Amino acid sequence: MAEFTLPENSKIRDGKQHPKPASTGRLKQFKIYRWDPDGGENPRTDTYHVDMEKCGPMVLDALIKIKNEIDPTLTFRRSCREGICGSCAMNIDGTNTLACTKPIEEVEDEVKIYPLPHMPVVKDLVPDLTHFYAQYASIQPWLQAQTPPPPDRERLQSKEDRAKLDGLYECILCACCSTSCPSYWWNGDRYLGPAILLQAYRWIVDSRDESTGERLDALEDPFRLYRCHTIMNCTQTCPKSLNPARAIGEIKQLLVSRR
Amino acid sequence: MYVLVGVFAGACEATEIHNEVRTKIMATTERPLSPHLQIYRPQLTSMLSIAHRGTGVFLTLGTPLLVYWLWSVGAGGADYAAAQGFFGSFIGRLVMFAWSYALFYHLCNGIRHLYWDVGGGFDIETVYRTGYTVLLASAVLTVVAWVAAYATRGGV
Repeated sequence: MAEFTLPENSKIRDGKQHPKPASTGRLKQFKIYRWDPDGGENPRTDTYHVDMEKCGPMVLDALIKIKNEIDPTLTFRRSCREGICGSCAMNIDGTNTLACTKPIEEVEDEVKIYPLPHMPVVKDLVPDLTHFYAQYASIQPWLQAQTPPPPDRERLQSKEDRAKLDGLYECILCACCSTSCPSYWWNGDRYLGPAILLQAYRWIVDSRDESTGERLDALEDPFRLYRCHTIMNCTQTCPKSLNPARAIGEIKQLLVSRR
Repeated sequence: MYVLVGVFAGACEATEIHNEVRTKIMATTERPLSPHLQIYRPQLTSMLSIAHRGTGVFLTLGTPLLVYWLWSVGAGGADYAAAQGFFGSFIGRLVMFAWSYALFYHLCNGIRHLYWDVGGGFDIETVYRTGYTVLLASAVLTVVAWVAAYATRGGV
């Protein structure tokens, strides 16, 4: 049963107000979710001020600046800083996106930053993605073929068949879409969620894959696939502008048309 | 990523095993749950969706009233007069107005869902266009239905 409120240990308290820097530049206020696994305390939101004239344009630039200059205990994941690794996925200004590709200027007032929604928190902005990755493994995300490949070359694909993978192969598994989905919030233990279903579809439509039937069998389940109610939060929030909802719709259509 | 996948693929044939591990991890460290409804920005996508479910529930709750009204037509006489008295009252009309809006909203958004079911209208621009159309159409249909009803009745 869906739990709409936060458990006692997860309720957010007001946290520290870090003093404004002495500079005279344009100051931007950041309100950031904090939770320390060693403190034994509830999560809190700390407030920071960053001089925008001495900061890069993206939210990740501000996070790094805060960590470097104000509060070294602030914890978050980041790596590529160009929207291809998916590490810095978080909830910024109410929607999920990548901190490295989200311009600070797009947020009018205070920039509110939380970890990806409805996930167990490891520390501060770092969610535990163990279950998400296990769900990814469960769809067997690799090419499966029984017929041997040609001895002298790769398994070839027509341009048309290759084009079917466009809009799917670009997914970086940042989990923005899955953690924006209310259905995934309430049933994430059994519902695979938009990211994993898009990935499943990526193998279903691959002309070189020969396990299409088995893949569809595995998805024909009231929870794994059919908890999708076309809410569309996933497509709305995808930082790579992909369309997980359409991929799920295609899977549903394939399941109907093969009957 | 690929290393991770390899590890997981080898370690778990069934995700059930992982669920157990996950439950154990959760139990020992008592990690907090990150906020969700509390912080996620309300937007047309999710609001229309919850409204679809809300109107569906409301229509279900209102159906016994419809059955009661139909029954009273069959029963006639004093029973019919009592039913008419209730439905004609201010509260009765208010409930009926809400019910009729719920009906039209659920109908229009239902058509939107059918469109998705046949594979159309998934890009965000279309989602917003059809979404606003549903809001407008259900409001217009409700008003038209009530104007027609009062016109047939010959006054308020």
